[in-house]
Amino acid sequence: MIVAILRRVVTMALTLLVISALVFFIIKLPPGDYLTNRIMELRATGEAGSVAKAELLIRQYGLDRPVWQQYLMWIGLMPGPVGFSGLLQGDWGWSFEYDKPVADVVGDALWLTLLINLTAVVFVHVVAIPAAIYSATHRHTFGDAVVTLLGYVGLAVPGFLLALILLFYANRWFDLSIGGLYDSALTNQPWEWPKIRSLLAHLVVPTLVIGLGGTAAMIRRMRANLLDELAKPYTVTARAKGLPPMRALLKYPFRMSLNPFVADIGNLLPHLVSGSVLVSLVLSLPTVGPLLLDALRSQDQFMAGFILMFVAGLTLVGMLISDLILVWLDPRIRMGAR
Amino acid sequence: MSSLLSIRDLAVAFRTETGPFEALHGLSLDVMRGRTLALVGESGSGKSVTAQAIMGILPVAASITRGKILFRDTSERTDIARLDTEGSAMRAIRGQRIAMIFQEPMTCLSPLHTIGDQIGEALRIHTGADRREADARTQEALARVGFPDPKRALKTYPFELSGGLRQRAMIAMALILKPALLVADEPTTALDVTTQAQILALLARLQDETGMAILLITHDLGVVANIAHDVAVLYRGRLVEAGPRDTVMRAPGHAYLKALLHAVPRFDMAPGERLTPIRPARAEIPPVQPREKPAGPLLRVENVSKRYTLRSGRLWQKPKIVQAVSEVSLSLAAGETLGLVGESGSGKTTVSKMIMRALEPDSGRILFDDGTGPRDVHRLTGDALFAYRRTVQFVFQDPYASLDPRMTVRQILSEPMEIHGIPAAERRARCRELMAMVGLEASGLGRYPHAFSGGQRQRIGIARALAPRPRLLVLDEPVSALDVSVQAQILNLLKDLQAALGLSYLIVSHNLAVIDYMADTISVMCRGRIVEEAPRAALFRRPVHPYAQALLAAVPDPSLDHPLDFAAITGDQNDPSRWAAPYRLAADEAGIMRAIEPGHRVRFSTVQDAEAA
Repeated sequence: MIVAILRRVVTMALTLLVISALVFFIIKLPPGDYLTNRIMELRATGEAGSVAKAELLIRQYGLDRPVWQQYLMWIGLMPGPVGFSGLLQGDWGWSFEYDKPVADVVGDALWLTLLINLTAVVFVHVVAIPAAIYSATHRHTFGDAVVTLLGYVGLAVPGFLLALILLFYANRWFDLSIGGLYDSALTNQPWEWPKIRSLLAHLVVPTLVIGLGGTAAMIRRMRANLLDELAKPYTVTARAKGLPPMRALLKYPFRMSLNPFVADIGNLLPHLVSGSVLVSLVLSLPTVGPLLLDALRSQDQFMAGFILMFVAGLTLVGMLISDLILVWLDPRIRMGAR
Repeated sequence: MSSLLSIRDLAVAFRTETGPFEALHGLSLDVMRGRTLALVGESGSGKSVTAQAIMGILPVAASITRGKILFRDTSERTDIARLDTEGSAMRAIRGQRIAMIFQEPMTCLSPLHTIGDQIGEALRIHTGADRREADARTQEALARVGFPDPKRALKTYPFELSGGLRQRAMIAMALILKPALLVADEPTTALDVTTQAQILALLARLQDETGMAILLITHDLGVVANIAHDVAVLYRGRLVEAGPRDTVMRAPGHAYLKALLHAVPRFDMAPGERLTPIRPARAEIPPVQPREKPAGPLLRVENVSKRYTLRSGRLWQKPKIVQAVSEVSLSLAAGETLGLVGESGSGKTTVSKMIMRALEPDSGRILFDDGTGPRDVHRLTGDALFAYRRTVQFVFQDPYASLDPRMTVRQILSEPMEIHGIPAAERRARCRELMAMVGLEASGLGRYPHAFSGGQRQRIGIARALAPRPRLLVLDEPVSALDVSVQAQILNLLKDLQAALGLSYLIVSHNLAVIDYMADTISVMCRGRIVEEAPRAALFRRPVHPYAQALLAAVPDPSLDHPLDFAAITGDQNDPSRWAAPYRLAADEAGIMRAIEPGHRVRFSTVQDAEAA
């Protein structure tokens, strides 16, 4: 088992290396980079001082060297002008657009993104699992039809539209303030009770909006999985034993129907970051989604590269977690792995 | 003798899109205390519906429309038909006073929970026992049903067990609370014949010990003859015959039971006697030009062996090697049938796959002679291989899984001909001809497999195999997935096709009666080796090898004059080190095949020779 995990970790490291190369070269594919574009702009307006600063930055980050050298410096396998300083050393690079280290720009946004999306994921499961169980056990009844209808509405309504509608009515009826993740007056306050309360109040709308589409999809899939499992003979065995229906359902078919969802955790984690870009833009949430979009547009290469690497890392970690949970949940996989 | 369960005028109806469909029309029967009632009938006769009604586990679409199910467990009388199926009164009966075991021990246990957990659960929910007590009682129950190491068994998962042990676990689960009534729905149908005999013996012994009543649902009259006390025959949702076993079986009154008795292959059939199918199929087989016959046998398998390497997850561990087939030799003459018998895991399917060239043997060779001289099948390439593929065709066990549900019958039958380049016009004519050959209407060509019954599907499977005009058909358990009422039909069809087309058959089965009915020569396989081979008449009348004898002794016979000897069934018949003296093989010993009369060869040990010399 430990050997298997070690083997997985080594493969993960190699995968990350390959991904980093792909990410870097794809970002570099369009001609020019942020600084050369900027210098051209500055030359046009004739600001000599700024041009000099930009040229300094180019030299400092080795942007005048060949692409493969830039890559090796970025990941920290080759000394740059200031020695080894790349991802491996924990230096995430410089955001040219914000003129700050990437760590400072991304910092808070990263955790808030994770927070919003984790809340959404929890919301999805808390709502979808009971709804799916109800819908599967009351198949072809009025209740099932209602759940199914609501599910389809949730699937069909675009998130940003729902966001706009909810924002309007949340403000009008419940006096919830619009946009952002906390009251703008509290931006520079420390994380204390008023700010946390403001955060919680602001989380309601984004959670609903981001979660609803996922909830609908999950109800449909879970219902279908459960229906398959409910028809299996071991479910009949459980009933024939005299188990109360809900206990029988949760212990046998429900547990069997979980496998595909556990296997999905790997896909869920990166979705946490990239899934809510549109909604974040509409709700002006300070998440990394909009940051990534801007960085890619303006060729802010270190910023874009870091966010993409972060997503890739999350994916791999998610895959590992889901595999470990599967091994723990399903003895057939456990025995096979031994 | 009093009645434990009385069913009176029970009717069950299913809601369907075309209106209600009544599956049981007013059934009345009694299960006596301490006795076994066998409920006999073909699929669709309503026997499983009866069991589900008693257990209160009818499918959602079905409901009891009238009648009573009176259960006299203690002094009081409960009408199960009136109880709420999910109510606490019904749940207290279900699993505690009436328990049930099912046909498929493979799928009836959850693969995610240990059998200790699943068995003890019944105890925990009905008596409120804690886990320690449940474990102790479960261990007792496992010991009682014959688990070799009950303590370890608590922690094993169903997929780690053989089919026989899984069914034993199911029985332990059903009996842990000592129910008054056990409902057994085809409990041995999915098992090997020797395992079946052990399970039947176990049920009989447990009945003696606990005095429970058994409602046994089966289509196998051999099973009925061996463990039932009373018999009830269902036909299309009605009881057509009921009474004590001896009366019913010796003098069947109803035409259906008579027909059923003549529709299953038996060992005491007269030479040349044909089975009489309950619903005969009319097949029209056009005359064909006799093909060039090879000088020697059509197929010769010479000393083939096959090993499988099981991957072991650990880094420094040697991979486990399983010798699936060792030094098997077979010979099949043109126009004849060779039967390959053995329990699951004996290697018979591996042999048939090597003949199909779906697997490569590790050593030995397979020679096929289509009239132009014998050629090694595994050295064929290009056109010769393509021609060989056409000459050898396969008929699968499961007619439900082996036909693509998205293809029409015409597409299914045409595909092999397309592959072998037969022009479209000829294909169309051939499709109609094939349908007639297997006794189906040509109008069925445009329909999809789901429109056909199991027996009809199997005939489509046979027609598909015949499409490219093969010389050899490999039949892998051709009737074991079919209802008894259609088995005779398929077996007779295969015989007629063989006679008319000059086909050769290799038939692989664990059903000895089927092999006996079909084969000219028979080879018995055990643990990858052939232990006895002989012409049909010699092998089944005078089996010599202890394994062949044990197999034969385990077949339940429908006639009441040859009851199974439950005491003689030990379950170690497939262990070569426990065979009687001249046949006993040491761990790595191969033994040697010797002829004891012309055409009758048996595997002997070589050790005794050395000792004698």
